[in-house]
Amino acid sequence: MLKSENYRTTMRVIEGVTISITSYKIGEQFYCHVTNSDPGATIARAEATTSQEDAEQIAQAKAIEKLTHK
Amino acid sequence: MSNYANPEVLVSTQWVDEHKNDANLVIAEVDVDTKAYEEGHVPGAIGWNWQTQLCDTLQRDIIKKADLEALMSSSGISNDKMVVLYGDNNNWFAAWAFWQLKMYGHKDIRIMNGGRKKWLAESRGLTKDAPAPKRASYKASEPDQALRAYLPQVQTAYRASDTVLVDVRSGDEFTGKILSPPGLPETCQRGGHIPGAKSIPWAQACNDDGTFKSLEDLQALYAGKGVTADKSVIAYCRIGERSSHTWFVLKYLLGYKNVKNYDGSWTEWGNLVGAPVER
Repeated sequence: MLKSENYRTTMRVIEGVTISITSYKIGEQFYCHVTNSDPGATIARAEATTSQEDAEQIAQAKAIEKLTHK
Repeated sequence: MSNYANPEVLVSTQWVDEHKNDANLVIAEVDVDTKAYEEGHVPGAIGWNWQTQLCDTLQRDIIKKADLEALMSSSGISNDKMVVLYGDNNNWFAAWAFWQLKMYGHKDIRIMNGGRKKWLAESRGLTKDAPAPKRASYKASEPDQALRAYLPQVQTAYRASDTVLVDVRSGDEFTGKILSPPGLPETCQRGGHIPGAKSIPWAQACNDDGTFKSLEDLQALYAGKGVTADKSVIAYCRIGERSSHTWFVLKYLLGYKNVKNYDGSWTEWGNLVGAPVER
């Protein structure tokens, strides 16, 4: 049975917006969701097969792109 | 969870883990992020998309009765089944689904306390396989309008001394500093709030692990802003989903008798010509 591994959440401020970065591994895939901290709607998401850090970096890059071109 | 006004509406992640294969219940995941279900979900859980399955996709409205009946039938839910809802971000859209199912009279609905966040954080079992439910027969009631506020009611209620409006959006949306949460489309012409509304952001009802705060903490949170059980309460946000979470807290956890969700919310009020706005 699959399980979530290394579930973690950190906060960061991008373009004046406090974002929440949540990542974890399920099976062989790493996932990362970037949301606005309030209300928590998705700004960006990413998947990676290499590492959790890679998923986080990809998702944050997408979030920066979206927030700087709002 | 035992001292809430209606403690039976919440089940724990442990309870769901132990009962997920029971024949008398159907588990449904409803996420803000509509792709999250595909990453992995509670074994046996079906996934509902709030953007396409829990609303009228033509006109702005809740799901039509016939569409709700079709959704329940295809999900294997008969009228006598227990529905356990859960989702990401503190059960935000699980509460949206809960509100609509209650509108249509489904009797036994529970929310998994802590939602997807807690299930994942506890490393409980997941699957990527979507179940193939056996079709069930489902007959919905006519919508219970006592649970919903419409614009004319709000236009009267905001001036009434026996009614309190709760604005559950973020502080910056309440003050008009921003028109919508970062990353989401600006869907109103004016920022601010309905005159007299109390600002109590929805997520203040939750702990860091996604579970609901204790009865005592919730009582202090709402009563501290004058939102008390002796008043009629109307909750609103931007499009009515965050406020369904607060509606759930006030009606089921605190047991307030008269609570409505104004799902027209700020996208309606904030676009009205001549509507009074406070900042």
